Amino acid sequence: MTFVSILYGLLFWAATLILVGGVVVKVRQYWNTPAPLKIPTTPAPVTQRGVVWRMFREVVFFQSLFRSNKTLWLFAILFHLSLWLVLIRHSRYFVDMNDFLVFMQPFGRYAGFTMVLGLAGLWARRFLVDRVRYISAPSDHLMLALLIAIGVSGLMMSFVTHTDVTQVKAFFGGLLTFGFFGDEGLPADPIVLIHLLLVALLMIIFPISKLMHAPGIFFSPTRNQVDNPREKRHISGWALELERQGKLYLDELKK
Amino acid sequence: MADYEVPTLTGEGYCEVPAVREDVMKGKGPFIAKPAFQEAMHFPSDFAEIGELVPNWKERALDKMADLKGRYRSLQVFLDICVKCGACTDKCHYFIGTSDAKNMPVARQDLLRKVYRRYFTFAGKYFPKLVGATDLTEDVLKDWYNYYHQCSQCRRCSVFCPYGIDTAEISMAAREILDHVGYGQKYCNEILGKVYKIGNNLGLPGPALFDTVEGLEEDVEDDTGIKVRFPLDEDGAEVLLVTPSADFFAEPHIDGLIGYAKVFHETGVTWTLSTVASEAGNFGMFIGSYETMRRVSLRVREAAIKHKVKRIVFGECGHAWRVAYSFLNTLAGPFDFLDQRYPIPQHILEFTWGHLQAGTLKIDKTENDDKVLTFHDSCNVARGSRMGDAPGGQFEIPRHVIRAVCNNFVDMPADTIHDATFCCGGGGGLLTDDLMEIRVKGAQPRAEALKHVTTHNGVTHMAAICAICKSQFTKVLPYYGFTMDQIVSVHQLVSNAIILQRQVSVQARPDEEEDEDDDA
Repeated sequence: MTFVSILYGLLFWAATLILVGGVVVKVRQYWNTPAPLKIPTTPAPVTQRGVVWRMFREVVFFQSLFRSNKTLWLFAILFHLSLWLVLIRHSRYFVDMNDFLVFMQPFGRYAGFTMVLGLAGLWARRFLVDRVRYISAPSDHLMLALLIAIGVSGLMMSFVTHTDVTQVKAFFGGLLTFGFFGDEGLPADPIVLIHLLLVALLMIIFPISKLMHAPGIFFSPTRNQVDNPREKRHISGWALELERQGKLYLDELKK
Repeated sequence: MADYEVPTLTGEGYCEVPAVREDVMKGKGPFIAKPAFQEAMHFPSDFAEIGELVPNWKERALDKMADLKGRYRSLQVFLDICVKCGACTDKCHYFIGTSDAKNMPVARQDLLRKVYRRYFTFAGKYFPKLVGATDLTEDVLKDWYNYYHQCSQCRRCSVFCPYGIDTAEISMAAREILDHVGYGQKYCNEILGKVYKIGNNLGLPGPALFDTVEGLEEDVEDDTGIKVRFPLDEDGAEVLLVTPSADFFAEPHIDGLIGYAKVFHETGVTWTLSTVASEAGNFGMFIGSYETMRRVSLRVREAAIKHKVKRIVFGECGHAWRVAYSFLNTLAGPFDFLDQRYPIPQHILEFTWGHLQAGTLKIDKTENDDKVLTFHDSCNVARGSRMGDAPGGQFEIPRHVIRAVCNNFVDMPADTIHDATFCCGGGGGLLTDDLMEIRVKGAQPRAEALKHVTTHNGVTHMAAICAICKSQFTKVLPYYGFTMDQIVSVHQLVSNAIILQRQVSVQARPDEEEDEDDDA
């Protein structure tokens, strides 16, 4: 067991805690913040089932983005779909191999390339399109750099210098069961260490960055509301309090 | 005509996306409201002069931001989840017309988002440069004031955003914060004061309204020989009609009002206007204030109760219809005292279309044969409301009505209509003379689309269903070589084509009936 392995073990426990805890805090904030008015972007579905379908189309096919900009859509969908394939492939490190995972391995393997390609396209836009260049902060560039570095270091391990994946699996298996980092810890390959360090960094910044768009979209009132304001009265708690107390202004309310 | 360059039209139907330029539209923004207007609006007024900020403005602005993001999920979520993909950057008519970087929707949102990040997020507190967070300074507030009054809250960006981020929600929040530190907008807040005091945006008092409707009755009688009533404050009518006050005197709005009156006359449905609710528009939405919007909406409830009506119908007005359709039930409901068999509220076009389908109205379409029509989808009707039972009814019903009363109708290019429609350039509290430059430039995409159909399809007139659109276009389209009278109300077309069958109004006053007899 090396010192580095212990450090990485602690790092991944911390990163997981921050990722899960941070997302839970943010999602609770979105959940608890009222939406006082009906503001779906119309035409909008008139039933809850319709809303589920609308959200599905947005989340899976990026429908609005497709309408907006075909090039951007292509890079975005390429990256996100590839990321899913890569993530599915990576689940082998946390669960026992099964037929589905065996079947998915080659897809996940080559999706690494399309993922990096998509990211490269997205990054190129930040330099080449003057409008996108203007709105990009340093963090927007770094986020893409981080993802590309994760992708490239991952590809290196698949196609250039193989690492002992069984040992990596044992390490994460140990972490999952609090079994103290496996018997042997992590392989001492620099690439796997870089790859894992960057992944941990990504997990840590997830809840404090724009990556919150992933859970956030489900809370977007313009996309998740049913268009039925005439049929069903929609009112938030704080607005109802104005009515109950017969007041016009919030600062007149008795607490 | 102007000390700035008016864009030239190509007739291609679309505008090229301009190269980004900075600070083209930098400026002081519209006139600021004086303390008295702010006080009437229940906003802080502890500043001595126009342009001054209230004491502790920074703390109070941040407090207001915290308050708003705690009460509006839209604001909290939208501030967090933008990934700066740029999908919205070429969608705003003000960006297309001005090329000013801060008129790109995401850049406009970022004015507020940078401050939000600085004070409310971990990354912005500790790594402000990295995430583009900025301190709240007086200059930042001035930039807000200027650029949040170059947004008409039309929601076009929201349609194209992969997360549905609606810049209108951010603009509204920014304006509400500004209202709490001494930077209220004179145009909106003065008008809202008139609504509270007098009952409508234009400040037309009751007696003036009575004169106006009487004059209209005489005009229509001269024109048609029939005494079509324009009832005002008549208790017990079935329908309360709430319409923008521009309908009472401005062209082409008033021709629309005449159209509503003829439709009611023919259907025999009794109706009344109200001096209490003599305004459909609700500028409370523009300034993002729920409390203001609710106070304005409660007049409609009050009028409905006072006149003992059974239904509420709204006239042609874009933002008004969004507030009415989407918010009225929330703000001033529940309307359990009204007839539940009809939508509450109902749009005048839903009413008219229903009667056209039922065959109640006799129409001679050839009366509009001197025109080839196109239709401008008003932004807030298109993207913030609905008509009829099915999604998209807000696009179909106005076109059904136009086609039912006109022989010649052509749509503008597909990416400029329906939910991709371009705002007229004057919505959301921008319809004021101190904002002429942005109004003219913001109208470019619509003017371009209109030019396309006038050149290729012989279109002569554009019909609209919003008081702001009508006012904006009559003023601004002449800059692009069109004439004022090319803008018409949809109900003006109905008015032209309707053949009045009913000789005596069901609401005829007793003495008038005698008059009628005498005349006969």
